[in-house]
Amino acid sequence: MEGIKIHLKVNGQDISREVDPRLLLSDFIRENLLLTGTHIGCEHGVCGACTIQVNGDPVRSCLMLAVQADGCEVKTVESLIQENGELSHLQQAFSDNHALQCGFCTPGFLMTLSSFLEENSNPSEEEIRKCISGNLCRCTGYSNIIKAVKQAAQTVSN
Amino acid sequence: MTKYVGQSIKRKEDYRLVTGTGQFVGDIRMANMVEAVFVRSTHAHATIIGIDISEAQALEGVHAILTGKDIDGKIKPLVQFESHCALPPNLVEAINPTIHFCYEDVLAKNKVMYVGQPIAVVVAENRYVAEDAADLIKVKYETLPVVVDPFKSLEKGAPLIQEHLQSNIQSNFHVTTGNAVQSLKDANHILKARIKTPRVSSNPLETRGVVSTYENRTNQLHVYSSTQLPFEIRTYIARSLDLVEQQIRVTAPDVGGGFGPKGGVHPEEIMVPYLSKLMNRPVKWIEDRLEHMTSARHSRDQIHDVEVAYNRDGTILGIKDHFIIDSGAVNYFGLTCAYNSAYHLRGAYKIPNYDSTCQIVLTNKTPNVPFRGAGRPEVVFVMDRIIDMVARKLKMDPVEVMRKNMIQAEDMPYDQGILVKDGAQLIYDSGDYPAALDQGLKMVDYEGFREQQKKWKKQGKLVGVGISTYVEGTGAGPFESAYVTIDGSGQVVAYLGASPQGQGHETVFSQICADELMLSPNEITIRVGDTANLAFGAGTYASRSAVNAGSAIQIASAKLREKVLVVAAAMLEVKSSDLQMENGKAFVKTQPEKCVTYKEIAEAARPGNRCKVPAGMEPGLQVTHYFVPPTVTFSSSVHIAMVEVDKKTGFVELKGYSVVHDAGKVINPMIVDGQVQGGIAQGIGAALYEEIVYDEKGQLLTGSYMDYLLPTSMEIPTVEKSHQEFLSTRNPLGIKGVGEGGAISPPAAIANAVVDALDPLEIMINLLPISPSKLRNWIKEAERKQYKIEVG
Repeated sequence: MEGIKIHLKVNGQDISREVDPRLLLSDFIRENLLLTGTHIGCEHGVCGACTIQVNGDPVRSCLMLAVQADGCEVKTVESLIQENGELSHLQQAFSDNHALQCGFCTPGFLMTLSSFLEENSNPSEEEIRKCISGNLCRCTGYSNIIKAVKQAAQTVSN
Repeated sequence: MTKYVGQSIKRKEDYRLVTGTGQFVGDIRMANMVEAVFVRSTHAHATIIGIDISEAQALEGVHAILTGKDIDGKIKPLVQFESHCALPPNLVEAINPTIHFCYEDVLAKNKVMYVGQPIAVVVAENRYVAEDAADLIKVKYETLPVVVDPFKSLEKGAPLIQEHLQSNIQSNFHVTTGNAVQSLKDANHILKARIKTPRVSSNPLETRGVVSTYENRTNQLHVYSSTQLPFEIRTYIARSLDLVEQQIRVTAPDVGGGFGPKGGVHPEEIMVPYLSKLMNRPVKWIEDRLEHMTSARHSRDQIHDVEVAYNRDGTILGIKDHFIIDSGAVNYFGLTCAYNSAYHLRGAYKIPNYDSTCQIVLTNKTPNVPFRGAGRPEVVFVMDRIIDMVARKLKMDPVEVMRKNMIQAEDMPYDQGILVKDGAQLIYDSGDYPAALDQGLKMVDYEGFREQQKKWKKQGKLVGVGISTYVEGTGAGPFESAYVTIDGSGQVVAYLGASPQGQGHETVFSQICADELMLSPNEITIRVGDTANLAFGAGTYASRSAVNAGSAIQIASAKLREKVLVVAAAMLEVKSSDLQMENGKAFVKTQPEKCVTYKEIAEAARPGNRCKVPAGMEPGLQVTHYFVPPTVTFSSSVHIAMVEVDKKTGFVELKGYSVVHDAGKVINPMIVDGQVQGGIAQGIGAALYEEIVYDEKGQLLTGSYMDYLLPTSMEIPTVEKSHQEFLSTRNPLGIKGVGEGGAISPPAAIANAVVDALDPLEIMINLLPISPSKLRNWIKEAERKQYKIEVG
């Protein structure tokens, strides 16, 4: 298959690669860029584990081709940590509130939520529930995730 | 003396998992690694006439293609898992089981028995090429008659799933106490019902996956698998490939959920290691979600026909149950779910006459294995529906019938008159079930709700309350291991046989160890999920790790403390009874400045001329302990669901969910609450949404998340939780298991609540899930009956 050259920014770094047109963005991130924090759970866009941000919006990387990300700014879970190694407010809130168990779905939740919190810094429980309803978690029963989001929102507003 | 046990310590695991730096099987990559894809049966029952791989083999980037014929005589078929199937002699005598051996080829050779069964494997440069090649493989089948209904499978002349057997009954047994037949004659009333729990899929967010590498120099396979049972996989790879266990190391890295079906050994866990040895290079296989839905093993799928003898005051005299488990094409776990069901059915109730017969039946479906609850959600649904049906027949409140039949606190320890699967007498160790019920009723203001409910119903608002209780045998044996050591740098490292899938082992076991060695949990390193660390290990399933691994590490750490004190005493030339320990030091009680650090003690314990370890003891600071529980320990719970039903659409809205739970000694309340909430979410899924559906040809109709519904944040309320803490008498810390509990009761509680919401309309909910379409039909049917004019 003929490769197609793409240029994009991933977690602030300029990337240029030649990729197969059929390569999924999720596979490109994991296999070509070795950013394995983005997880693949269902490959048909339902579970949300592969959620990343493309130009600031949460996007399912398993439903997008790498070539479609040409010229885009992409952020993955690896971008959330602070430079000094400390967790972001949201990551810290997840740990504080036991909002993860196996942790496989966690990067997807974090990427959905970090984008959401930028737009809505003081969400209600109903808004949080709606926001994460596209991300499946099989361990936590969601309630601690909601608690974590409330804490993160509060920390930022303080 | 417990300082950290009982505290909600934050998890050590979290940092890597929230930063995306955890390592799941799919994240492992190695130089020279190739990827495998399995070709799977598209038929539920068929003879394989031929497999044409020529076109696929010619594709660039394909390295190997193997079919069943290629591995014939080289890889033994998978058979039942002995460690889960073996029964103690006294149990065999008591229940008189017939168990027929059945098996599955790692790649189907002559015929396929279910859709999704692996029949060939392709290894290529990468997954994309391997999938291209798999598409080019042409399999010629001759279809055979398919049987998906277990009752049809039982009929004479039904197609045989396992051809060497005389029938499709893989096993059966009979357990009884008292005289249920007589009780049916003695009772005022008899209730008969058929109660079913459907087939479901566990759906961890991380699918299964295997990476294997072969090292020529040491003749070693290193297999990484997303598994609950690394030790079991080691055993079965050795057995299947004719290797010795020392040639195999199995690692379970970060595992993205298990819930039961990641226990046992799957064909891919044998095939991928075989390929890596054959090709002398690392091979990776990651299951996709469609494969998970078809080929990763399913669970539940029980049908109970019960006859219940009860008196007009609500006393239940006896239960006669005949039940069938549809095991799919192979039964790997023997009587695990079946006997769990039989011995748990009566739960928190005194029912002196009990008779249960079980048949495990083979059909052309994916094999059926234990899933969170393993046989308990099925029978709790049966028992609590019985309570509710008896109450409604007698026009009593279900709570009255519960109270009438419940085991009282003063009855503890309570003997249920039959045996546990491990052969011990079924005796509940501790608990107070009526107190839990009262506590739960208070939490939801039951009396107040009943008053309100009348008003709401008058206004057309159909709200209902439903209750379920269970008693669960947790912490199953046979053993669990802990190896605790202080290394040369003074660091405490503990290795455990039970590896986690999100349960927080690194945190909770460090809490137990910290208390024994007078350190903080942060000063203890916990290593899990690797067969290289320990000679023996069992694994994480059956709500057993906190009980067994927790006890193992507690005892091993206490023994290590004794040894540390003995060595320190020799160093300080005092008696060890004169010493105390704190913050990584041993010091003389009366002269705290006279002390030695763990690092110094570790150095002094090294073998050699200057070794301070007393004669007769092994040098070094390390202790291994295998904890063997005397039998299971009994957790219990009361669940109360509040629902509102939309009669027009059949939609059930969960208005609230409350639970009172006894898990004995709680090591980390935050983690226990997390387990309960998560378990309940899965139980709510089972109650309202989840079902694996096959058509009559054995084709799976629920192969994606568009058809198989999992609950989201919109459907799962925050559960109100309250605790009891009745210590177990069967281990040193008094721990009871908690992993499965949450998932057990929701179907029963929610079904009872829905029935209650619709009362006085007489509907029966004896099958799941309570989907809008089903409920709408039940409502229509009940309305038809209500308005029917009886003639004659």
